Amino acid sequence: MKTMFEATPINHKNLGRQKLFRFLLGSMTALLIFPVILIMGTLIYKGAPVISFDFLFSNPTNGMTEGGIFPALLGTILLVLVALLASVPLGVAAAIYLSEYAPDNWFTRIINLAIINLAGVPSIVHALFGLGAFVIFFRFGTSILAASLTLAIMTLPVVIVATRESLQAVPMAFREACWNMGATRWQTIRRIVLPNAITGILTGVILEVSRTSGETAPIMFTGAVFFLPFLPQGVFDQTMALSLHLFVVSTQVPEMPEAVPYGVALVLIALVLMMNSLSIALRMYLRGKKKW
Amino acid sequence: MVSQENAGPDPQTNTPAKLHVDDLSIHYGSHAALEHVSLDIQENEIFGIIGPANAGKTSFLKAINRMDMFDPNMKTRGSIQLNGHNIRKVRNVYGLRSRIGVVFPLPVGLPLSVYDNVALAPRLRGLKDKAELNVIVERCLTRAALWDEVKDRLDSLGSLLSGGQQQRLTIARALSQEPELLMLDEFSIAVDPVTTMRIEDVLKELKSEMTIILVTNLVQQARRLADRTAFFLEGKCLDIGVTEDLFTGEVKDQRTRDYVEGRFG
Ligand SMILES: Nc1ncnc2c1ncn2[C@@H]1O[C@H](COP(=O)(O)OP(=O)(O)O)[C@@H](O)[C@H]1O
Ligand SMILES: [Mg+2]
Repeated sequence: MKTMFEATPINHKNLGRQKLFRFLLGSMTALLIFPVILIMGTLIYKGAPVISFDFLFSNPTNGMTEGGIFPALLGTILLVLVALLASVPLGVAAAIYLSEYAPDNWFTRIINLAIINLAGVPSIVHALFGLGAFVIFFRFGTSILAASLTLAIMTLPVVIVATRESLQAVPMAFREACWNMGATRWQTIRRIVLPNAITGILTGVILEVSRTSGETAPIMFTGAVFFLPFLPQGVFDQTMALSLHLFVVSTQVPEMPEAVPYGVALVLIALVLMMNSLSIALRMYLRGKKKW
Repeated sequence: MVSQENAGPDPQTNTPAKLHVDDLSIHYGSHAALEHVSLDIQENEIFGIIGPANAGKTSFLKAINRMDMFDPNMKTRGSIQLNGHNIRKVRNVYGLRSRIGVVFPLPVGLPLSVYDNVALAPRLRGLKDKAELNVIVERCLTRAALWDEVKDRLDSLGSLLSGGQQQRLTIARALSQEPELLMLDEFSIAVDPVTTMRIEDVLKELKSEMTIILVTNLVQQARRLADRTAFFLEGKCLDIGVTEDLFTGEVKDQRTRDYVEGRFG
């Protein structure tokens, strides 16, 4: 019996390798943390001192070197919300169609290809498209609406792909069991498929929020401006935005106090994290436990 | 006598068949799963189908529930009539499926609570009344021999029950459709012998309410339950007759007798 469990040379070799790879893979993962710590650390260290109630909630003054960033903060929130309002319904609907209804034919394949390509289009190209389509052709002017729609188009692939993947993660057997009872496709989607895919859809939303709130190029031509002395009154107004403001205060304004750009960046990141944690919390609440 | 059982109305009562299958063939791509099967199933009988693996038994059931619509590879030819209506010409295929309960060998507990699993079919047809739903859920779970085990945790997920429990949940779900035709495909595979016997007793009771097609890999189960039985082999229906005849009477094909007596292969 004893000999049976004694390690052979092969065992030794395998065990050694097992330890080595575990260590290598683990330490590479640990390396990932460094950039995050470095970025967050620098931002907090250099930016935190300028953050105050006034910084967040008052208008910039004196050529933006003094005062606060409220118009930019509000602008970014508005841009993201309007973009979400446009892209989430559209993206989820498209993903449901592609995953649950579309036959596997050349037309569907072309659509899927188009989505992949859309994801690969550089944001400056989206910006020019948005300028042509929304600002000029649809006559929205440079406005929150035009900028948000541009952002929505840019992030549509993210929402579609995340949603489609999560729909497809729901086992086919569930659908068939449901169809077999006489449920229509839509009844099956509403009662079985969607409730089990909702966490994946929220993942798409999280990714979209992060991406849209940081983008600069697409909004620069379509609705965001360097400086506005008043707050936007509606979606047809122009707006300031944090990302553009960060670009301006870091590069365009001479004699800018050094801490301000760090402060703006810190606020931008905190905003993204806050919006994300909302959907992360929702996701955790919905996921609860394993479903199958 | 075997051939008389094969087609047309019931020779004794002259009522039209519940299910009339005429020259049914099923292909997956170019592969024939079932060829030229014709048979009649009468109202309120338990009709057994026996035969070794890959005989085409499951495919036969799938065709009746129009599951060929889920699989672009699966093609059916010939005609199937339920209550005299050609099921391929039925416009409302959802209505057709809702009248047919199916239970396949791999149990599927839907990722809903046990209660919602069984209440799903009634809800799909628009029932909302809580009290009525409660009655249906309890009755179906009881008939599927599952009620005692789950009555205290109707909120837990059906998809996390054990395999045998999920199988009975699937049976309860099929019963909740109040089907006129119930099709069971090797339901006892995932269920222990005692529970199998309990479900068999229920099937005998259910016979007065519905027509049952029982595909089984246990020839003795067919003998215990089925009024008539068909023997499928390699995509062909070799024999069909009063169940006891397959065991002791005259058989059309010697392979039928070999199979039921376990001298096969
Ligand atoms: N979805 C499918 N795709 C392709 N071939 C299939 C499929 N289902 C069954 N078959 C084939 O059809 C034949 C009959 O299968 P099946 O109806 O499952 O028989 P049984 O239920 O009697 O075991 C087998 O040869 C099987 O390989
Ligand atoms: Mg089978």
